Amino acid sequence: MCRDCGCSPAVHDERASLPGEEHRVHDQPDPDRAARTIDLHLSLLAKNDHRATHNREHFRRAGVLALNLLSSPGSGKTRLLERTLVDLAGRLRMGVVVGDLQTDNDARRLRGRGAEVVPITTGNVCHLEAGMVHRACHALDLDALDVLFIENVGNLVCPAAFDLGEAARVVLLSTAEGEDKPQKYPEAFKSAQLVLITKMDMAEAAGFDLAAALDNVRTVAPQATMLEISARSGAGLTDWYAWLLERAGMRTLNKSAEVALH
Amino acid sequence: MHELGLMQACLTLACDQARLHGARRIEGITLRVGDLSGAVPEALELAFEVVSPGTVAEGARFLVERVAVICRCAACASDFYPSDVVFECPSCGRLSAEVRQGRELELTNLEVS
Repeated sequence: MCRDCGCSPAVHDERASLPGEEHRVHDQPDPDRAARTIDLHLSLLAKNDHRATHNREHFRRAGVLALNLLSSPGSGKTRLLERTLVDLAGRLRMGVVVGDLQTDNDARRLRGRGAEVVPITTGNVCHLEAGMVHRACHALDLDALDVLFIENVGNLVCPAAFDLGEAARVVLLSTAEGEDKPQKYPEAFKSAQLVLITKMDMAEAAGFDLAAALDNVRTVAPQATMLEISARSGAGLTDWYAWLLERAGMRTLNKSAEVALH
Repeated sequence: MHELGLMQACLTLACDQARLHGARRIEGITLRVGDLSGAVPEALELAFEVVSPGTVAEGARFLVERVAVICRCAACASDFYPSDVVFECPSCGRLSAEVRQGRELELTNLEVS
């Protein structure tokens, strides 16, 4: 039960919300009973999905744009956030939840830039789940934020399957990686609203075929907007900031409209 | 993916449901696993063999029904089976991002006694 945010036990009692409840029978088990089939159609990820829905509702009510950042280890998620927190400090109120198996190194790097940063150390869990994000958000004042960046564990496999309650997924692909990452990790790329090609300052040195990479992203993930950036040189960041500001602005507008209605 | 964790969740669900329905034993478990779910059927079966001993599901038949990916082409207003990770409509060649099925990760039914 979540006492901190006032969620009712009924909301968090996943058993009570399982659709199988209506099949309940009250007779005693009969040792001679023949085998019978019980139809269930229960998602194995129902618990996470339920918690993610809960998160999504929290974010909506607080008017926060929650973003889930996915990538391989070392693609530049933390570096991009370091830059973003500083450059947009006067324009957006930002918070960060950052997940890693071990160390809070990323959280340490991000502190001191005007944003609340909450680390999640998962131990040996290779992805963030909605429940972890929910608990981390207890350490944040969501009402005082415009944007919440959720920096996922560096991993293009497992995080793709776990809804955290985010408004949008941002997948990073660096020029130091292969152009065929989208084909290799389709679930991750197909779940992205925005794909950032990062480390563009080293594209030439890495021999990165940008045209091929963009074509791969476009064909595997036709739903995604694509931007090319370098957190080091600043190239392309204007477009990233414009994307953020537009979406954060929409959230604030919606929240104001809702407040005005009541 | 981590099929062990998924099967532990599955087994908890299955045993809870068996108890709710007054069943003594689980004779069979059927899952539906979509090709885009990230879970591997063979690994799920292996994980089941690891987590089921000592539970009412020990020895149960374990069946995974694979669910193929079906996409919708908005332009043609029809469904198609993509041939690979690029969801290209075979009729018009447009790329689809609308998945109608293939993401399932479901405990479909239990056979109990």
